[in-house]
Amino acid sequence: MNGVPLAAYLALGLFMFTTGVVGVIIRRNPIVIFMCVELMLNAVNLTFLSFARYQFAAPVGLSEANGDIRGQAVMGGQAMVVFVMAVAAAEVAVGLGIIMAIFRLRKEIDIDDMNLLRG
Amino acid sequence: MQITPELMLFGGIASVAAAAAVGVVAFNNAVRSALCLVLNFFILAFIYFTLNAEMLGIMQIVVYTGAIMVLFLFVIMLLNLGAPQMLRDRDDPKTFAGIALGVVLFALLGSQLLPAFLAVTQPGAPKDFGAPQNLGRVLFTNYVIPFEAVSVLLLVGVVGSILLAKRKI
Repeated sequence: MNGVPLAAYLALGLFMFTTGVVGVIIRRNPIVIFMCVELMLNAVNLTFLSFARYQFAAPVGLSEANGDIRGQAVMGGQAMVVFVMAVAAAEVAVGLGIIMAIFRLRKEIDIDDMNLLRG
Repeated sequence: MQITPELMLFGGIASVAAAAAVGVVAFNNAVRSALCLVLNFFILAFIYFTLNAEMLGIMQIVVYTGAIMVLFLFVIMLLNLGAPQMLRDRDDPKTFAGIALGVVLFALLGSQLLPAFLAVTQPGAPKDFGAPQNLGRVLFTNYVIPFEAVSVLLLVGVVGSILLAKRKI
């Protein structure tokens, strides 16, 4: 959309990231904490995409800039978003597996009572 | 900065996304938090569409709201965090400290970073920069090694989650 300043997208991303940080700090349910981590990852994705969309330098058409460093700069943000999504998917699969294993062991999942790795 | 119709439309969509993000943290019930997160991801896909990133918007819906959130709801159902086992967040000073930290973080970063980008209103990327052809070409040429590394990472994730979740291998 034209007419929307880049700062509006960045403000939404910043708000989502801050909400995720607050959630990780104040919640005690590990599943909700994972959701807040997902919220933070999505805020970063939004920031990547909005910076990729609002190129500051003069744009070059993709067709003539293919393989060029400028074309790489145009598409780099989207490639990063793809990688972040893949990492988030792997992280959720492993993290929820860990939560399941701990729940089987302890029968309760209060994050403040977990000190298995305390030295 | 002047108020344009596009800005008002974006403000409406973004306020729904922000309210859903607050709901994820504020709701005491994990299922309600998960549904708020589904709403947030869905709205975020529409925001990706407004950024002309059509391919990533569709991926957002399929991967996040389709796969990841189903996994979350599935685990909530398996653990059966019903009324008796629902974790009541006790009143402790951590809550206020966390909220204060969040407000300070938002104010600090926002006041330092956002004014610099208020003047940027015209998108500079070409209109077709989010098309699947362009994204696929970049992923398989410039970013082919990270792409393969991510495929290995996903394989490790699959094996690891089976290893963790299974009672006896």
